[in-house]
Amino acid sequence: MSLNTLRYYFREAATSIVRNSWLSIASVGTIIISLLILGGSLLLVLNVRHITSTVESSLEITVFLADGLEQEHLDRLEEEIKFVPGVARVQFVTKEQALEELKESFGERADVLSGLEEDNPLPNSYRVKTREARMVPDAAQQLAELDGVEQVRYGQGVVEKLLALTHWVRIWGTVLLVVLGAAAVFLIATTIRMSVFARRREIGIMKMLGATNLFVRMPFMLEGMIIGLVGGLVAVLIINFGYLSLLNKVIITLPFIQLVDDPVTLYRVLGGMLGLGFGIGAAGSAISLHRFLRV
Amino acid sequence: MIQLYNVSKIYANGVKALNDINLHIRKGEFVFLVGPSGAGKSTLTKLICREELPSRGQVMINGRNVVRMKNREVPYLRRKIGMVFQDFRLIPGKTVFENVAFALEITGASTKEIKRVVPTVLRMVGLEKKADMLPAHLSGGEQQRTAVARAIVNNPVLILADEPTGNLDPETSWELMKLFLDINRRGTTILMATHAWDIVDAMKKRVVAMSHGLIVRDEESGGYGYES
Repeated sequence: MSLNTLRYYFREAATSIVRNSWLSIASVGTIIISLLILGGSLLLVLNVRHITSTVESSLEITVFLADGLEQEHLDRLEEEIKFVPGVARVQFVTKEQALEELKESFGERADVLSGLEEDNPLPNSYRVKTREARMVPDAAQQLAELDGVEQVRYGQGVVEKLLALTHWVRIWGTVLLVVLGAAAVFLIATTIRMSVFARRREIGIMKMLGATNLFVRMPFMLEGMIIGLVGGLVAVLIINFGYLSLLNKVIITLPFIQLVDDPVTLYRVLGGMLGLGFGIGAAGSAISLHRFLRV
Repeated sequence: MIQLYNVSKIYANGVKALNDINLHIRKGEFVFLVGPSGAGKSTLTKLICREELPSRGQVMINGRNVVRMKNREVPYLRRKIGMVFQDFRLIPGKTVFENVAFALEITGASTKEIKRVVPTVLRMVGLEKKADMLPAHLSGGEQQRTAVARAIVNNPVLILADEPTGNLDPETSWELMKLFLDINRRGTTILMATHAWDIVDAMKKRVVAMSHGLIVRDEESGGYGYES
């Protein structure tokens, strides 16, 4: 294939895109929307999975103790806690340790907590882990009834809600993606069909002059691929900058929420979007050429 | 050059276009194909460039069996055959130069080669001064000369012309015929279907007359003269 031929393919593809500009724009738009939905739900699912895994690994019951308990009482309490069904591990946390951990979770903004050392408001506590996450609610209830226990706290329902959310996001994201992806393929197929129709005389002349199938089809294939790539590129840019600014906002306002910011994962998502855009474009062209351009 | 052996063509709608045709055309010949509309002239040309396949029989072009040819080989057959039609079939958005260059572009020719070959061919058909004009701004004769230039730019072994003078006035037709004769003298075989009896009579070339899907007459340096 000579350079001239390559130039010809691109020139013809560009001419067709401009000639059917409104349909091309509609196709690009549909691709952008379907890819945004793909990228958005993918990121949401990834983040929820990330958050739940951190939440789940720290899924434990904190048993806050009343102030001023004797050491003897504490020892007895620890034994009693160990006897509660489902309990796997018990760890005593002093009020000083608790404050230290709180400071750590605030990171650079720990100075908010300075001065609390003198009059530490945090109580002593036991940190209790169960053998399985589903045993937490029952164990927590029994722990609350023990003598000397002031309050029992665990991530009530957070995990379940997050997991349910990912479940629905996954289902509806997939449904929407399939529907919109099909619409995008259909729209591109229509665009290419219009291009073929506009050039049917020219195609006849090309065949008469001895053009190969590849030569006749290539500009139309390229047209769909370019539309797909442009849509993919726009969607990637939107997701990229949208997500980065979201990350920045979250870091400032909700420092304790850990979002996915691993660049490799992000590039995979963006690369997948771009690839899918290209695939949609190529598929639309191929379908249209298969149906309307039998050469 | 062209050999047809017991060729029949029955279209899907039941029309019998050709009925057991045998025809041999040697390299370098100039052959007129005459006969009333529906005699099978167009079907014959379509079989030669493999736009249609025969229902029975074999078609050989330049030693190659066209019937057994694979689909992907067809483009390379067509590059060896220059085609000229009554309705010119030029691309309206391209200039004379670009229309002729297109036949080369299709074969993957380089820009350099196109710039070298196209002006030569345009000079041959006498259109070197109109290279940058669009077909719509040309006379019928000039449009057809553009089509001829496009047909010969790939150095074909055969020119298939389907009523090339059908839309031209007598004087222009004669000029075009001189061009075809010129091309023929350089060794290119020409098969021309036509209704222009005066031209056929005056040129004294081989005439193949068809009627109802049969070859009814085939004579060297013949005349048009069939009774319709």
